[in-house]
Amino acid sequence: MVKSKNNITDFFNSLPKNIFSGFVVSLIALPLGLGLAIASEAPPIAGIIASVAGGIVVSIFGGSNVTITGPGNGLVIVLLGAITTLASGDLYQGYLFTLAAIICSGVLLILIGILRLGILSDFFPSSAIQGMLAAIGLGILAKQFHVMLANTSIKGGTISLLSNIPKSIIDLFNTDQQGLVIAAIIGVLSFLIMLFYGKIRNKYFQLVPAPMWIVLFTVGLSYYYEFFSEKDYPIDKSLLVNIPKDPLSNFPFPDFSIILEPKFIGVVIAITLISSIESLLSIKAVDKLDAKKRRSNINKDLNALGIASIVSGFLGGLNVVTVIARSSVNVNNGGSNRSANFFHAIFLVLFILLFQDQLSRIPLTALAAILVYTGYKLAAPENLKSIAKIGAEQAIIFFATIIGTVTTNLITGIITGIVTTIIIHIILNKSIMLFIRNFLKTNVLMFKEDGVDGTYFVSVKNFSSFLNFTKLKQKLDAIPEDKDAIIDFSMCTFVDHTVQENLLNYQEIFTKRGGSFEITGLDAHSTSSTHPLAIRSVFSFNKLIKIGANLTKRQEELKNIAKQFSWDYIPKRNEDTLSLNDFVYFNTKSIDFKYNTITDADNTFEISDILFSEGEFIAKEVVRTTIMSINLEHPIPKFTLDKEGLLEFIYKFAGFKDIDIYNHPDFSKRFFLLGEDEEDIQCFFSKELVLFFESNPYYHIESNGATLLLMKKERQASAKEIKEMLDYGLRLYKIIDMVLKPSIC
Amino acid sequence: MINIQQNRFKTILIGIAFSPNLKSNIYEAIRMIDYFNAKLILVHVGEKSKDKEYKINSLIAGLSEQKEKITTIWQEGNPVDVIIDSAKKFEVDLIILGAMQREQFFKFYVGSIARKITRKAHCSVLLLIKPSEERVPCNHIVVNGLKDKKTKETILTSFEVAQNLGTPKITIVEEISQQEVSFSVQDDESLRKNILRKEQLKRKEDLRVQDILKQIPEHLKNNIAIKTQSIFGKRGYSIGHYAKVVGADLLIMNAPNKTSLWDRIFTHDLEYILSELPTDVLIVR
Repeated sequence: MVKSKNNITDFFNSLPKNIFSGFVVSLIALPLGLGLAIASEAPPIAGIIASVAGGIVVSIFGGSNVTITGPGNGLVIVLLGAITTLASGDLYQGYLFTLAAIICSGVLLILIGILRLGILSDFFPSSAIQGMLAAIGLGILAKQFHVMLANTSIKGGTISLLSNIPKSIIDLFNTDQQGLVIAAIIGVLSFLIMLFYGKIRNKYFQLVPAPMWIVLFTVGLSYYYEFFSEKDYPIDKSLLVNIPKDPLSNFPFPDFSIILEPKFIGVVIAITLISSIESLLSIKAVDKLDAKKRRSNINKDLNALGIASIVSGFLGGLNVVTVIARSSVNVNNGGSNRSANFFHAIFLVLFILLFQDQLSRIPLTALAAILVYTGYKLAAPENLKSIAKIGAEQAIIFFATIIGTVTTNLITGIITGIVTTIIIHIILNKSIMLFIRNFLKTNVLMFKEDGVDGTYFVSVKNFSSFLNFTKLKQKLDAIPEDKDAIIDFSMCTFVDHTVQENLLNYQEIFTKRGGSFEITGLDAHSTSSTHPLAIRSVFSFNKLIKIGANLTKRQEELKNIAKQFSWDYIPKRNEDTLSLNDFVYFNTKSIDFKYNTITDADNTFEISDILFSEGEFIAKEVVRTTIMSINLEHPIPKFTLDKEGLLEFIYKFAGFKDIDIYNHPDFSKRFFLLGEDEEDIQCFFSKELVLFFESNPYYHIESNGATLLLMKKERQASAKEIKEMLDYGLRLYKIIDMVLKPSIC
Repeated sequence: MINIQQNRFKTILIGIAFSPNLKSNIYEAIRMIDYFNAKLILVHVGEKSKDKEYKINSLIAGLSEQKEKITTIWQEGNPVDVIIDSAKKFEVDLIILGAMQREQFFKFYVGSIARKITRKAHCSVLLLIKPSEERVPCNHIVVNGLKDKKTKETILTSFEVAQNLGTPKITIVEEISQQEVSFSVQDDESLRKNILRKEQLKRKEDLRVQDILKQIPEHLKNNIAIKTQSIFGKRGYSIGHYAKVVGADLLIMNAPNKTSLWDRIFTHDLEYILSELPTDVLIVR
């Protein structure tokens, strides 16, 4: 009873944060929803309906915690194909048929959830999935690039669309319609906003997501023409978003009349396949970001997504999937439970009801720019680069899938990828028997070694690839992530890339949640000639940047600083960043490695550059910053200290309270001090310490009890700033040492 | 009540027709009769020839002084039938089969013979995966602790064998199938339940095994370290994998209950082990 009561108070305490986060997410969901619907040739409102249905239904019935649901990128291509072909070109009729297909796929999703077939998505090789996503990205990019340049009439397959891009650009320079040119300029500017948004690390700027900046910018522009300029708004109505005047009536009704035709069934299967893959990938990735370290119930979530798709389909909306980009924005803004998803839906309803007029001022070109960016992120050359680094055979799988998808359709494409992978595995092992003989055999043994906190030992034999990964996964899922696990492959003759990538994910989650996850028995493989490097190389190639070959100017300066203090300077990167996971700041971030480390002889002080990422997948932003850590001799309370301001909105964490220090109203006003143990912290912040913070420049300071973390900005510090930071840290250490000595507390 | 026999295996039979490493098989068999103070019956399936007879005789001559304990039988026919029939005729207690570890098609052949013999034999069967001329000490025995009426006898046997072979360590493995756990892990809550349930099952199984251990006479337990380990996984299969992981030298299993057609189509339990042979396997009947 006590527990559930706690849960309820927790829920209400976190409600403001979740409402806020839902609001921020709705700012993205609005333009994206409109854009995705338009890109699928459905009425713009269909995307919003999907978001609303998803937000409300999944927040009630779902099994995950911080995910956001709505229309997905991956579906654009399938839906576009369905709408344009199901009724042989009659878009509206095609849309009605597609609605019926969406409802049917919702039913299938519910079946998958009930039968607990969520594991099905594990049967796809990861390079094939990457290839499929890249192909989807290419498809979106190819079409939307033209729309961004105000050429909405173009049609054709991905390849012809891509090859027509230069023509669209040239046409733009030759046209005499000024409206088109302005629309295209708005499109390109919007694209630039998307492109450079992540580079500007300004808190206030980042409070509003990039797609919303585009909306504000374009709507603002139209008001400028209406009120200040003598000219009319130069963009033609056909290039503006069309929102029905009364969105609550006139729901289109799905048409089930071709339900038994093969092409309809094909569409249903494609929608179900892609939406379950996209959702499961997203859920998996978002679980990694969850600050509360919870595990999602995948099958329950699939059920909820199925119900949501059915509801959405009946209301005229697209189908509902879990979306990674919006989910990671949710996490970054403090969303902590499903209510954020719910509120995101509510805000969308409000937007549609209150701002119809403003929304219909948004040019299609601006929305297309958002999609071009999304498509680009999906198909980005970096993805290919990182896959090619793993091995040539992964690149082959990747390309086979892309070519299969672009030239035929998604289902054929993914099958091509799977078949290619199987063939490659057979060739690499020079044996088909290994797979045939052992395919159906249980190949995983797990047992817990003696003791209360015994290590879980998992041994895998024969072969381990995407074909039988689910068996391994079942065992791994039964291990609590805060325990120690050892995965032994020494009896396994072949381990493929998909398995290794998934294991890396487990490893990340285990280290984040305080356990350990060790993979052994693979070393022997790399030396064996029958096992090419590539298959194993994900472990050595996963971090791509080479550091330390020759020093840059900044590195030389850092070396000099280290010399002045007679400290050590290590330019090489170090992936052992475990100790940093304790800090609240890194709760929702994943640290890749640190490098350019300056440290003193007894490791009390350490300054290093770190590379971490926020968000997952297409919302992933890689950030480099410089941090200083100070190991303290005596334990101090856990706290975070920041400048008072807007940040408090974003920066509230579970269990942390805002703490005021008595007799120092000025300090309390200027600084934002958060922590769990109020008394200890008030005692710790003595007069000297308060004075020190008041009279020195501002740093973000965090204590995990034993170590202090200092950082200034979310970018790399210059050599000069590093010197300042060092000086600040040294003096802070002295003060804290002084404060702790009398030990009054 | 447990029935104590100091030397369980009084007559041992070894089939030598289908094994290419005749010498090591015979050496192993002779070592076994020394350990158990037993009689040996060598069964050669195939035509009797001077050449072969001479070879076998010379092998035996070089090894044991107790020549009178060894009988050689020559008989043509289906290896499985010949061995089963001779075993019945001579009231054999243990059949030794020198198998080869899996290797291309040959292992299917040996595997199938071993499987048939195991199924049909009236007595215990020992499968040696790598018979060797030199003695390889048996340092670790893994025995099943399944919930089955035969288990008590099997565990008792393993202690006798351990005393005979001088094995210092026995691990009793309780295999608990996934169905018994009955909670599949979906989220944190079901994971918690799953782990609680596993702990419960583990304690229950442990109690049962401890109960059997209590009934084993003290002198059989002398100088033997006893360990119990529960593993969650497919019956029969996981114990083989476990034996291999811990590097056991001998795996001792219950004889299968009557196999139905169903069992032959869908390999299970013992069949798994026979098809993979993780280590030497003794099937107690």
